[in-house]
Amino acid sequence: MRTEAGRYPGRRLAAILRRRPRLRLTLLLTAPLLWLTVLYLGSLTVLFVSAFWTTDSFTSQVVKVWSTDNFHALLTTPVHRQVVLRSVVVALAVTVLCAVLAFPVAFYTARVAPPRRRPLLVAAILTPLWASYLVKVYAWRLILSEGGLADWMLAPFGLRGPGYGLPATVLTLTYLWLPYMILPLHTALEQVPDGLLDASADLGARPGRTFRSVVLPLVLPSAAAGSVFTFSLSLGDYITVQIVGGKTQLIGNLVYSHIDLDLPMAAALGTVPVAVIVLYLLAIRRTGALDNL
Amino acid sequence: MRLIRTPRAAAFCAAALLLTTACGSSGSGGSSATGLHPPALKAPAELGRTEGRVNLIAWAGYVEDGSNDPGADWVSGFEKRTGCQVRSKVAASSDEMVKLMKTGAYDAVSASGDASLRLIASGDAAPVNTGLVPNYKDVFEGLKHGAWNSVDGRMYGIPHGRGANLLMYDTAKVTPAPTSWSAVFDDAARHKGHVTAYDSPIYIADAALYLKARRPELGIKNPYALDRKQFDAAVALLKRQNEYVGEYWSDYLKEVSAFKSGDSVVGTTWQVIANLAASEGAKVKALVPKEGSTGWSDTWMVSSKAKHPNCAYKWLDWIVSPKVNAQVAEYFGEAPANSRACAETTDKNFCAVYHAADEDYWQKIAFWNTPIEQCLDGRRDVTCVPYAEWVRAWTEIKG
Repeated sequence: MRTEAGRYPGRRLAAILRRRPRLRLTLLLTAPLLWLTVLYLGSLTVLFVSAFWTTDSFTSQVVKVWSTDNFHALLTTPVHRQVVLRSVVVALAVTVLCAVLAFPVAFYTARVAPPRRRPLLVAAILTPLWASYLVKVYAWRLILSEGGLADWMLAPFGLRGPGYGLPATVLTLTYLWLPYMILPLHTALEQVPDGLLDASADLGARPGRTFRSVVLPLVLPSAAAGSVFTFSLSLGDYITVQIVGGKTQLIGNLVYSHIDLDLPMAAALGTVPVAVIVLYLLAIRRTGALDNL
Repeated sequence: MRLIRTPRAAAFCAAALLLTTACGSSGSGGSSATGLHPPALKAPAELGRTEGRVNLIAWAGYVEDGSNDPGADWVSGFEKRTGCQVRSKVAASSDEMVKLMKTGAYDAVSASGDASLRLIASGDAAPVNTGLVPNYKDVFEGLKHGAWNSVDGRMYGIPHGRGANLLMYDTAKVTPAPTSWSAVFDDAARHKGHVTAYDSPIYIADAALYLKARRPELGIKNPYALDRKQFDAAVALLKRQNEYVGEYWSDYLKEVSAFKSGDSVVGTTWQVIANLAASEGAKVKALVPKEGSTGWSDTWMVSSKAKHPNCAYKWLDWIVSPKVNAQVAEYFGEAPANSRACAETTDKNFCAVYHAADEDYWQKIAFWNTPIEQCLDGRRDVTCVPYAEWVRAWTEIKG
């Protein structure tokens, strides 16, 4: 028989915790806080600090002498500015394309399709995420190759595929990150009350007006959340562009090319995407899109 | 001229000067005995008992135990025979190899020419007593006492194998057949968007090698020793080439697929890539153009801080033994170092394809080296552009 005696230690612990809310809080938060500060913020700090070190040009050893040379080089070298700008444009293009493509898909899966089929459709949207990233990118390499699927499909219209390069990179990244935009939009659209749409129609609004004044404000926070995924994932990517980007280089490629010989310069370059993402989040916050998340 | 104040700077200059003497004599005639010497390290006079373990740093494909490809296993036999358990670390670049060797946790490394001299100069690699490596006697003479693996006639390692960077072209689309690197430089416009090049700063040496023949007034003697004017000319040439490049390659499977689909029709390659592409149906040919070519030559070196030196020597002997050297050369796709390896290859034509014994062929190859400020070609009146700047320039070339 399990009576008071059997449960006693647990009870005593519960009693202690009940009496001491601070201890409760400490036990609850220590592990996640350690993870956040040591692993996450700690590594960001190391990244930032090492960006101020220098490298011995002969041995490639890191010399721990404080200097702002790397940031100076980062800001004054035309090629760095150009690559940073190119990376941001790619990330924005991917985000816009994802949003434009995701909305109709999400609208169909959330509101038009028969409710019984909706979970199946969502699962279908998620299936590409089950395949390896590299497999998908190499598949695009084949599709976009000379005389590949893209060329073959466009040939009847007298057109050619984009070949390898910047457009191919944007296209492939859009394909890769599309589910991350569809899912939040699907969830948001699913939660839009039918009554609001009916009311809008009853009051004489045409579909376009309903979309602009009712649906869009309601799903904008979710689109913003999705755009954080698509934007940051595109900004940090350097493998897709190596495979389908032709000779294009993005910010990640610059970091990669410096990592062996000039770690401090790689760190300085690595702070750029961090800064850009912070600015992006601030801009998104100003629109008020993050308030109801 | 700046005064040298700190011991660190003095050591740096000593090392740099040493490199100059070591690299001063090109070709395989051994290095000149002038100038400074590397740290006085002794090679063992005889071997003791094996330690039961050996830690290696290697290029991918050099130390295979069958886990990547069941057909490629030359580690198990070594372990069975010597009792030395092999632990290997694959390094992705020469710089990583140098970094790892400095930790002192490894016994031996398969260093390329752009790492080996740095290891000798810094005292991380010890001289090797070739008498304790019985299979060394069968190594091709052209690989012994090279500028990249010996100092003052002392060997610092056992040669592993070598290869050249070739010019590959699509026989259907590139006519007439090219015989010069101009196909990817001055005549690159003919194949705009379909030219390819090796994606590494060391590729600047390929442009320099072309300019050496094309513009003699620049006075380039060694493509790894470029003064400012020569370097700028090479970089300008590569920037022009960039307009016509479809993509740069560093992953060899990527190049194979590009030549198969026709996205690339002309550019640099390795013999193994040419063979693979041809075997998969691409109509390609690869050659050493009339200007010659760049290439690599790898050497197994023993760490001066080796904790398992006896097992390391056993490994050096094992990896250049005819059968194993043939296996690794065929698996990786390079010319073996051991002359008797040619009899052991599964493809009897292998050594002919890779020019293993063709010394005239290797005379045309400028093996990879590390560019430093002191010109490697022996000039004293100018400073050369160091590798760190090659890296920066490469980023700019790609734009």
